[in-house]
Amino acid sequence: MGKYIEMIRIRFLMMLAYRTNYYSGIIIYSINIAAYYFLWSAIYGAKEDIQGLSVIQMTTYIAVAWMARAFYFNNIDREIALEIKEGKVAVELIRPYHYLNMKTMAALGEGIFRLFFFSVPGMFLVSLVFPLQFSANPATWGFFGISILFSFVINTQINLMTGIFTFFIFNNDGLMRAKRVVIDLFSGLILPISFYPGWAQSGMEWFPFMYISYVPSMIFSEGFVGQQVWNALMMQGLWCLLLLVPIQVLWVLAKKQMVIQGG
Amino acid sequence: MNHLSIFVQYVGQYIKTRLTYRSDMVVEIMSDLLFQAVNLIFILVVFGHTNLLSGWSKDEIIFIYGFFLVPFALFSTFFNIWDFNERYIVKGELDRILTRPIHSLFQVILERMELESMFGVVTGLAVMFYAGSNLGLTISWYDPLLFILFVLGGALVYAGIFISLATISFWSDSRTDIMPMMYNIGNFGRYPVDIYNQIIRYVLTWILPFAFVGVYPAAFFLDKTEWYGYAYLTPVMGIFFFSLSIFLWNIGVTKYRGAGS
Repeated sequence: MGKYIEMIRIRFLMMLAYRTNYYSGIIIYSINIAAYYFLWSAIYGAKEDIQGLSVIQMTTYIAVAWMARAFYFNNIDREIALEIKEGKVAVELIRPYHYLNMKTMAALGEGIFRLFFFSVPGMFLVSLVFPLQFSANPATWGFFGISILFSFVINTQINLMTGIFTFFIFNNDGLMRAKRVVIDLFSGLILPISFYPGWAQSGMEWFPFMYISYVPSMIFSEGFVGQQVWNALMMQGLWCLLLLVPIQVLWVLAKKQMVIQGG
Repeated sequence: MNHLSIFVQYVGQYIKTRLTYRSDMVVEIMSDLLFQAVNLIFILVVFGHTNLLSGWSKDEIIFIYGFFLVPFALFSTFFNIWDFNERYIVKGELDRILTRPIHSLFQVILERMELESMFGVVTGLAVMFYAGSNLGLTISWYDPLLFILFVLGGALVYAGIFISLATISFWSDSRTDIMPMMYNIGNFGRYPVDIYNQIIRYVLTWILPFAFVGVYPAAFFLDKTEWYGYAYLTPVMGIFFFSLSIFLWNIGVTKYRGAGS
């Protein structure tokens, strides 16, 4: 366990060394949220609410969705693909730790860094300028915290799977890009799932994507209340467990038929 | 002429490498189509809840999107430098680039081009013709000429912005995660700029002029006469921002100290 915690710490420190550029990121983020705010105001026009969300809730939803993304987002699929291509993975595999767990811990270190140096200050800045709605209820914040942890796990699991696929198809750029697009669209990052037509919503329930962004953002903007929150959290937890199965299967298969290409 | 023949050679090599990993190429083209569909779905879902976006109809917004896809396809074919920092600066790959006998930016462009992105031109034209016929737009003799001019202008605006951002890496080699978010800000140029407040409109017009890769030039073909002035400015903005980025690049390259091993 100790070595995994050490990995989180190392990655955190590595990011910390390069922190200055994150401040420029915060400005870009603010412009992003501002533009969304006006776009959604125009879409709402004179309407009070769409699908039960007011325009203020909608702005909060978008702002939180992007902030949460900074935490759960990571590039470990690209890292894994690169290490496979360069043959470095051979060395990684003989080291005394589980390769996939180590990658996950590195991603967590990055996520924690971005949460504290990007999300929190960014959110503070944006809330000064725009009418966001923060809940006064500590339970909402607690649920949100649990929920983004689950988001991180689900998103990382999907990234691990995409990364492992490189073992089978060698050049994986297309798949990684497709994955990113699918997650942007179906996770609820750009549109709340409740805005989609009914048939699309029921289709999405069969996939883990909406549990990455839609659930935490809805919890934070209080679009979910009471029992809905519990149900959503349970589903997140269930997906975390469920996704372990394909990862394990892929990993066993990958190790069996691995070809080291370079190195 | 030397540059042209190098370019042709690189294209040949590129096609060979792509054909080695055929399955990946198919997935990549599919993912491009999916990416283009995402934004279309956004527009369709939003217009499922409203009829007009500050006076612009659904088909007009779709038309703007179709137009946007064409310069964007050109941009993403040749200016794939969103990971320039990681790929060239952090790894020290730029050392190798600098020993090559052609301009360093041109060399980077050659290495990073992705010809399959050109497919976006087809999608863009299809979307434009679909929306255009719904709106009953007619094509005059000068429209195709201006279209090409606006598309080139738009692609240069995009290239200018992203090259300028990439040059930041010459001064500070730390990672920035602003590139993906920049792509997202590019999306806002596709909506009528009058929905934004003064500051955002100013930013989208003069600082990060993404509006010139979407609403301004497209408004010309939609016969929105009040935007004609901005539409004609498109090629000028393109040339200006692109020249600025080359200028920054040329200074930046002299500041490169070499990192990595």
